[in-house]
Amino acid sequence: MSGDTLDTFPRLLLQHARVRPQHPATREKHLGIWQTWTWGEVAGEVRALACGLAALGFRRGDNLAIVGDNRPRLYWAMCAAQCLGGVAVPMYQDAIAQEMTFVLEDAGIRFAIVEDQEQVDKLLDMRAQCPQLAHVLYDDTRGMRHYDQPGVQSLDALMQAGRDYHAAHPDFFTTQIALGKTSDVAVMLYTSGTTGKPKGVCQTHDAFISAAQSGCSFDKLGPADDILSYLPMAWVGDHLFSYAQAMVAGFTINCPESGDTVMTDLREIGPSYYFAPPRVFETLLTQVMIRMEDAAWIKRAPFHFFMDVARRCGADIIDGKPVLASDRLLYALGNVLVYGPLRNVLGMSRIRVAYTAGAAIGPDLFRFYRSIGINLKQLYGATETCAAVCLQPDGQIKFDTVGPPAPGVEVKIAANGEVLVRGKVLLKEYYKRPDATAEAIDENGYFRTGDAGYFDEDGHLKIIDRAKDVGALAGGAMFAPNYIENKLKFSPYIREAVAFGQGRSEVCAFINIDISAVGDWAERRNLAYSGYTDLAQRDEIYKLVRECIEKANADLATDPVLHASQIHRFLILHKELDPDDDELTRTRKVRRNFVSEKYAVLIDAFYSGKQSQFIQTQVRFEDGRTGMISADLRIEAARTFPHIPAKKAA
Amino acid sequence: MSAARNIGEVVLNIENVVLSFGGVKALQNVSFDVREHEVRAIIGPNGAGKSSMLNVINGVYHPQQGTVTYKGVARRDVNPHEAAANGIARTFQNIALFRGMTVLDNIMTGRNLKIKCNFLQQALYWGAAQREELAHRARVEEVIDFLEIQHIRKVPVGRLPYGLQKRVELGRALAAEPEVLLLDEPMAGMNVEEKQDMCRFILDVNDQFGTTIVLIEHDMGVVMDLSDRVVVLDYGRKIADGTPEDVRANTEVIDAYLGVAH
Repeated sequence: MSGDTLDTFPRLLLQHARVRPQHPATREKHLGIWQTWTWGEVAGEVRALACGLAALGFRRGDNLAIVGDNRPRLYWAMCAAQCLGGVAVPMYQDAIAQEMTFVLEDAGIRFAIVEDQEQVDKLLDMRAQCPQLAHVLYDDTRGMRHYDQPGVQSLDALMQAGRDYHAAHPDFFTTQIALGKTSDVAVMLYTSGTTGKPKGVCQTHDAFISAAQSGCSFDKLGPADDILSYLPMAWVGDHLFSYAQAMVAGFTINCPESGDTVMTDLREIGPSYYFAPPRVFETLLTQVMIRMEDAAWIKRAPFHFFMDVARRCGADIIDGKPVLASDRLLYALGNVLVYGPLRNVLGMSRIRVAYTAGAAIGPDLFRFYRSIGINLKQLYGATETCAAVCLQPDGQIKFDTVGPPAPGVEVKIAANGEVLVRGKVLLKEYYKRPDATAEAIDENGYFRTGDAGYFDEDGHLKIIDRAKDVGALAGGAMFAPNYIENKLKFSPYIREAVAFGQGRSEVCAFINIDISAVGDWAERRNLAYSGYTDLAQRDEIYKLVRECIEKANADLATDPVLHASQIHRFLILHKELDPDDDELTRTRKVRRNFVSEKYAVLIDAFYSGKQSQFIQTQVRFEDGRTGMISADLRIEAARTFPHIPAKKAA
Repeated sequence: MSAARNIGEVVLNIENVVLSFGGVKALQNVSFDVREHEVRAIIGPNGAGKSSMLNVINGVYHPQQGTVTYKGVARRDVNPHEAAANGIARTFQNIALFRGMTVLDNIMTGRNLKIKCNFLQQALYWGAAQREELAHRARVEEVIDFLEIQHIRKVPVGRLPYGLQKRVELGRALAAEPEVLLLDEPMAGMNVEEKQDMCRFILDVNDQFGTTIVLIEHDMGVVMDLSDRVVVLDYGRKIADGTPEDVRANTEVIDAYLGVAH
């Protein structure tokens, strides 16, 4: 990058169109064939979109709603809005109507670009509440022949109008781009609003370009890289990877054919740069393991042999640490026979850098991918910080931290353990919410992330919980329920866990077993059972769960801050925690207060030393009827371990 | 939605068809017509002769009496091959796909009649044969896109759930670019969601390609929602013919469905 003028996304686009006009910028699989648009072509398409919008009356400062799956024209539309000095507002297409209406109203949306008929129908329904929504423009024309509502037209028509407009006003487009300032808001991403109404996070060109630049130089991303864009466009991670970094580095984004074909498309594209939340990695691993279980022994035996080798030395090899020559040789052989083919099946043959974030990733899962030679790393960030706070550098990977602060980002831990962030990547403001902005950014310009964490001895940030959930045990030691629960949930047998300990002398936990995994485990041992409640109370299952808990305890014992949080007593609940019973949110997060009130009698039993407790609970069935289930729940103790200072993590 | 669809002239006319198997009279003097671009439903209790009727239309069965007039040509013995070549495609009550072949290949078989190259050319796969296959593949991809089955393109049909197999079968019929589409219980055995999907696809086919559709269906809700006109068979006789509203109000139909004291 040269000169100081490449400070907005439209200017970056024009720069790529000049420097590498023939380089692929965007691909999409359409009718079974990958279609490619070069940077030169994309610049033309963006110009047509921008001029078309301008002809319809889109003005500087207007917000453009974008609703749909990852489609090239929707990405280009974001840039088109920015060319005109407007703001792109990507929205979650599967959000409930009420939330979408809120965003449309809050952002004063007059123009919306949507993917298909489904979205058009949704937005037309919302017009009653949002009369300012004048223009609904759609990408896919299927099923749209009979729509004659005012303001509804196809992107094809819009872009044709745009080309005509450009022919009549040849200087318009470049003049508009020249008017753009780096301090202009480029994009507004609404936070999902788990607490209260969604808030529009306003990010400037400067913030996202800085975040993208630091990421690109950190991982040496260049025009030759490829990424598969399949995560929601309204999510900050996708905006950073598929839009901001692609615009900065000039690499190619690939849009899958449909949401269901992502795995196939991944194999066909073979991206060099990849992002997925932990559950995607988990699903992939499960599929591999199931297929290996069904394979013939002649395939299974070398697989398991070389996976053992990988477990022993794979992660060290990728980190460049010293490894026995014999192991190195075996690993090289395994790479030819097992790891290479496996990476190919997963569509990860060409991956140089892969990231995961968004939730805690299990250590076994994380090690598996690294050990077969995939450079999987973790990052930490939030919508308000352009998703870029901490990144794990190559060669310094630990499964339980998110790495040191990214270049240009300052991170500080507040007295209450909350992580505070300062830097260029911070949000400008919450849209029309000065109160919320003032609350989120302190007097020194630090953004309160709401997450609690600490720096370990290597200066890597470790996130443990939401700050508001963090408390203290009676002895004063820090108590982070989520952290403990996540550790438990890394076991395939534990589906849900709720830890208690706030103001108590020791930690106790409710466990929900994973009925499919534990059921399978029981079947393989000829253990007959009638249902969840029956299975959950079996001795064998209690033993199984106790082993999982003791493993978590042993792990916690090495933690310098949280070693006092080992689980002393536990019980397996007689029913699965369920959103229908208000015990979980719809996104399957435990509603801690509700659960502790509902099961207060069990918590009392924990701390009064009882061996069992009778409980009766009302449950709501899917058809809305209610019923009662009752059980005598056993309470068991788990072994705890003395604190051992952590050895250097591998 | 159907406002823009122009229902045209009679494209298919069935007159006084009598079909019997030994002593069993499957169809007794049945007459009705199908207009261009309409959705025509055939309903009736089990054994009423609905599937036999479809089999007569595309020539699988040859009736003893009566004529089937398609696009102005009246004949008694229709040849199934000719029927297909003239633009009549169908799906079956029991799925009749090649279970070991992929979705793509199955749908490709729908293009069979349109392939002009001979066996030798195809075996060499060079020049015209290659160009032709690419053109057919492009058409098949449009069908795949239309039915939203991209994710199972390369999956053997036998591994698919029932609802998707039905969709693939519709895809194969569509690949033949039919003018008249005969659907034999397209929603049998489906759950509510699969039925909704299938209804939408049938309406889209009718709306977007203007395909005339004759369907047999048991789900009355589906029939009433989809069809323009309904013909009701009972024990091989036609007992009613008209709009869904007319048919619903017809006492003979109600008796046939609910039973009546004799």
